Amino acid sequence: MSFFKAENLAINFGGVKAVDGVNFEINKGECFTIIGPNGAGKTTIFNLISRIYDSTEGKMTFDGQDITKVPPHAIASLGIARTFQNIELFEHASVLQNLLVGRHCHSKTNIFSELAFTPSMRRTEIAHREKVEEVIDFLDLQHYRESLIMNLPYGVRKVVELGRALCTEPKLILLDEPSSGLNVEETQDMSFWIDDIKKDLGITVLMVEHDMGLVSEVSDQVLVLNYGRMLAFGSPQDVQNDPEVIKAYLGE
Amino acid sequence: MRFLFKTDYDQDIRIAKHSGYYWSYGLLLLIVIAAPYFLEGYYIGQMTQLYIIAMAGVGLMLLAGYTGLVSLGHAAFFGIGAYTEAVLTSNGVPLPFVEEPVIFPFVISMPLAAIFAALAGVAIGVPVLRLTGIYLAIATFAFALVIEEILSRWESVTNGYTGLLVESLYIGDTELTDGAPFYFLCLGLLVLVILMSINLLRSPTGRAMMAIRDSEVSAQSMGVNLARVKTTAFALSAGITGLAGALFAHKLGFLSPESFTVFQSLELLVLVVVGGIGSLHGAIFGAIFVLALPQGLAILKDYLPTAIAETPGMEPFIFGLILVLVIIFEPYGIYGRWLKIKHYFQMFPVYKKATFKRQKAYMKSERLK
Repeated sequence: MSFFKAENLAINFGGVKAVDGVNFEINKGECFTIIGPNGAGKTTIFNLISRIYDSTEGKMTFDGQDITKVPPHAIASLGIARTFQNIELFEHASVLQNLLVGRHCHSKTNIFSELAFTPSMRRTEIAHREKVEEVIDFLDLQHYRESLIMNLPYGVRKVVELGRALCTEPKLILLDEPSSGLNVEETQDMSFWIDDIKKDLGITVLMVEHDMGLVSEVSDQVLVLNYGRMLAFGSPQDVQNDPEVIKAYLGE
Repeated sequence: MRFLFKTDYDQDIRIAKHSGYYWSYGLLLLIVIAAPYFLEGYYIGQMTQLYIIAMAGVGLMLLAGYTGLVSLGHAAFFGIGAYTEAVLTSNGVPLPFVEEPVIFPFVISMPLAAIFAALAGVAIGVPVLRLTGIYLAIATFAFALVIEEILSRWESVTNGYTGLLVESLYIGDTELTDGAPFYFLCLGLLVLVILMSINLLRSPTGRAMMAIRDSEVSAQSMGVNLARVKTTAFALSAGITGLAGALFAHKLGFLSPESFTVFQSLELLVLVVVGGIGSLHGAIFGAIFVLALPQGLAILKDYLPTAIAETPGMEPFIFGLILVLVIIFEPYGIYGRWLKIKHYFQMFPVYKKATFKRQKAYMKSERLK
């Protein structure tokens, strides 16, 4: 039984078939990468998995559960977290608050204990904070803890967003172009972190990425999309040598 | 400049972050508690009014400043609170098995006023959940017009434009709704509301509200139930504003629908924006502004040439002008300016102007949905 499985996944926007009959399976503990030219439907697949879009056709199963019709806010507590292509952080809040929002799916408080801030409320807040600190340690964000997001450089924001996804304690993490906008050094850091996330934290990674260096460094399996259809599938090396893929990227 | 040495996670959670908080807020509390013993009746009345407006401001701040949902109809909740209080404490409510209409004591009527307003908040909140920005503003605006109409037409309850007399409240022989006792009642409730708001804002729901303000799509992906949190924000905001309305009913002593018009809603929005959007301090600063401006203008009129002073619509014009100027030059309002001044003295003499410079926002994802 695979960890995550998409069967015949499809979505149409009007007449445009953004994703058209895509099948793939992700095994537990691996790093699965989706690549493809612009507009191939990579981010759309992410939006389908995080249930922002309703799929027109097909079925998704995660950890033995059908998630095709799960409401979007319930995805996080099932154990799927994500980052966004163009950072979607909470700009007017501090790094700490952003990471604490990542703990939201684990908080089971009611509004009245929040208004009174009961002692048990305080204890759970501190427990959440401890988890957040683990992530801060993991990603070396100590220096930025109190900074507002709007004052942070792009590279750090990217890391904070990864951190926020990790704070949900996911089983599957979706990374939408983790290296976009990062310099060579930051990309290197990112590849180490992705490796650590996979090996040390045991989180399955599904990522969309254009940087083939990063892809071949961390990926176990690669799926190539073009115009919403599957073009090729296999190990990073296989895919890079696939004539169809070369044709899609470079033309004939 | 004070540097905090943090050794405990609780330090980031507690309200007073360092000893300076006890000094400054303790002093402020001391001053407002001592004020009625030194001030004349008129000024006590003005301060009471300030607390009531500030409370309504805190209510709107939770919604507009923290959840990012702009409401142009908060006068409606203010009015619902006021009329509920008036009907419950003055006219009484006919209940089954009781011959006389039942008059409620204020310890029951005021929470009921807040609850009624909160229910109205849910009633408006649920249908307009999908609206944001200008569309939400228009929907709440329409709601306020509807409520205004109901207040003037439902004569059996509200007495229409004839108005509704609000009885004074007594504890023993002391009149609660006038002078110093009413001052302390309003002050106490305002402090309570502010403390509850602070508590909310350091809890998951408060953070979820701010998350919705800044990015709905990622809030949702982090497990925030948008519908639930937005409805909660609407209910709380309306409830707090309704409670302020209940106090306002006693302050006025006489209610008519004209006290709860669209201009009132706009005034609350100006309060939030000028005071400093996204901060509870802003609600208080804004309330001071909204209360002091008309008085300041009245004084100013004596010194202006008659042709200008007598021009109709002078006050709304100045209101609008200040709103525009604040949005352009000081987007975080009076509180933003206050922070800058504070920072200037903390960093003296090495203050850098660029500390508060607004950064260019990076491109956001294409709006999903």
